[in-house]
Amino acid sequence: MTGKVKNKNKKKSQAAAVWRRLKKNKMAVLGLIILAIIIFFAVFADVFFDYETLVIQQNASLKLQPPSAEHWLGTDEVGRDILARIVHGARISLPVAFATIAIATVVGGLLGAIAGYGSRRVDDVIMRVMDIFLAIPSILLSIALVSAMGTSVTNMMLAISISNIPPFARIVRSAVLTIKNEEYIEAARAIGASDKRIILKHILPNCMAPIIVQATLSIAGSILAIASLSFIGLGISPPTPEWGSMVSTGRQYFRAAWWVCAFPGLAIMLTILSLNLLGDGLRDALDPKLKN
Amino acid sequence: MADKDVILEVRDLKKYFKSPTGTLHAVDGVNFSIRRGETLGLVGESGCGKSTIGRLILGLHQATSGEILFNGQDICKMNKQQLHDLRKDLQIIFQDPFSSLNPRMSIGEIIGEPLRIHGKVHSRTELDKEVSRLMDVVGLSARLFNAYPHELDGGRRQRVGIARALSLKPQFIVCDEPVSSLDVSIQAQVLNLLKDLQAEFHLTYLFITHDLSVVKFFSDKIAVMYLGQLVETADSAELFRQPMHPYSQALLSAIPIPSSRQKMQRVKLIGELQSPIDPEPGCRFAKRCLYAQEGCTGRDLALRGFGNGHFCACCRAGALHEPSISE
Repeated sequence: MTGKVKNKNKKKSQAAAVWRRLKKNKMAVLGLIILAIIIFFAVFADVFFDYETLVIQQNASLKLQPPSAEHWLGTDEVGRDILARIVHGARISLPVAFATIAIATVVGGLLGAIAGYGSRRVDDVIMRVMDIFLAIPSILLSIALVSAMGTSVTNMMLAISISNIPPFARIVRSAVLTIKNEEYIEAARAIGASDKRIILKHILPNCMAPIIVQATLSIAGSILAIASLSFIGLGISPPTPEWGSMVSTGRQYFRAAWWVCAFPGLAIMLTILSLNLLGDGLRDALDPKLKN
Repeated sequence: MADKDVILEVRDLKKYFKSPTGTLHAVDGVNFSIRRGETLGLVGESGCGKSTIGRLILGLHQATSGEILFNGQDICKMNKQQLHDLRKDLQIIFQDPFSSLNPRMSIGEIIGEPLRIHGKVHSRTELDKEVSRLMDVVGLSARLFNAYPHELDGGRRQRVGIARALSLKPQFIVCDEPVSSLDVSIQAQVLNLLKDLQAEFHLTYLFITHDLSVVKFFSDKIAVMYLGQLVETADSAELFRQPMHPYSQALLSAIPIPSSRQKMQRVKLIGELQSPIDPEPGCRFAKRCLYAQEGCTGRDLALRGFGNGHFCACCRAGALHEPSISE
């Protein structure tokens, strides 16, 4: 009886302990709040701004208007409200960026863990393949992959994920190499834990810190990579609002109308800042050594 | 201890590691056996291959050659599945309780992990109950169930390591210097615990240590190791009464005597430990030995029996033990 009660408490207490520690970190909470606001607006974008009339429809008479009471963040070169486009753009940029980095983290992390933990030969094969990918500039690699697979949002996501895999694999591998010689890994082998269990339960939880940092930083890179690919016509096509492409088209008018370029850039910056703050806080909160 | 059969027998065990400068002879032709319910103390200075023997017995390293018979079965020839099943009977307690516990797992998870891996329990309730029982057995208070290793002191951590080793109800435990990283007062507690557990669960220990006073308290038999080879084995009392090998004599003379009247008669060793990389044939202790002569080098020396279960690898052993250590 008591066992059951204790067990329930325990599951709860672990998640609760992480939450409690995260709450104490003011910067992490700030990051969480910013991110929550961005996600809130992305989810309810249609309630605030109508997609067809405000985001897509062009209106030459309103082009390049500076920020005003009517258009808080001004209008772009074809007279669309920038705030509306940023809010709707979040629905594209955020999921795509998150998805690409999620794929890259999982695949790169597992490859790196296998390379670090496995035999010399496995390590060599995986890391040499990663080196080949690293040798090609990542944007060039994405372009090559998208043109080979055909232009679509899915293919663009895949291409960006693939070009993000090698850095993850390298980081995780080096973390695994230091951890696999710890005595508790040997202890796990001594009690008969399988390699899979050792990697997932013993090694990876102990190298979370660099993975989280790399993931939060890469999301920024991913948003910019989406922008670059969209810019050369290999990603999201023009009328669709997307932060990166808004920045790159706005660049042309930067001298006359700074707001076209600046506000989408600010949105990217805020997102990345909030993710970095949250990532830092999460990294500390997940470490039981930094208790209370 | 009713049954005195041999639980573990090691025959001509060798483990060589390749290194850039040559072959490192970590364990070089070691023979010994342990009877059920007994404790064999394996003594030697750092780097002599004691821990490697422990790891070899557990199948954590692959032996270069030789046999390790556990209940008659050769561990070196086992496949993965057999080794996995062997873990239930053969466990290890590690030297450093600060690095042998996963910092991200709670005490309850650490102790319960072997039970989960081997499917010994069928529900969370059963698991928690068993873990609580084990914590009680090793003297850990129940409130530490959800604690993390870094919140515990060395002695408690080592108790967690002991509970983990006990969880599968093994017959044999390799204790790899289990107390050498603990404070002296806590050493005694942990040693007493190990001794109580041995009596309660009828355990057999291979007790690896460099601390002779611990071994005297703990072991039925002692094996002295030097640079990958055994130089002397004997019953504990016999060895302390009459060490035959010059190296054992030097080791024993280094034990402090807690008395102001008796003066310590130290046999001081000169020189350093020889390199275990590609050693020359012959007595490996010869270069530091006070009694070394020509016959000591050039050929390998096997353990020779001197009656009473006393074996020594020194070629002058019979002649040397007359003058005794207090010379």
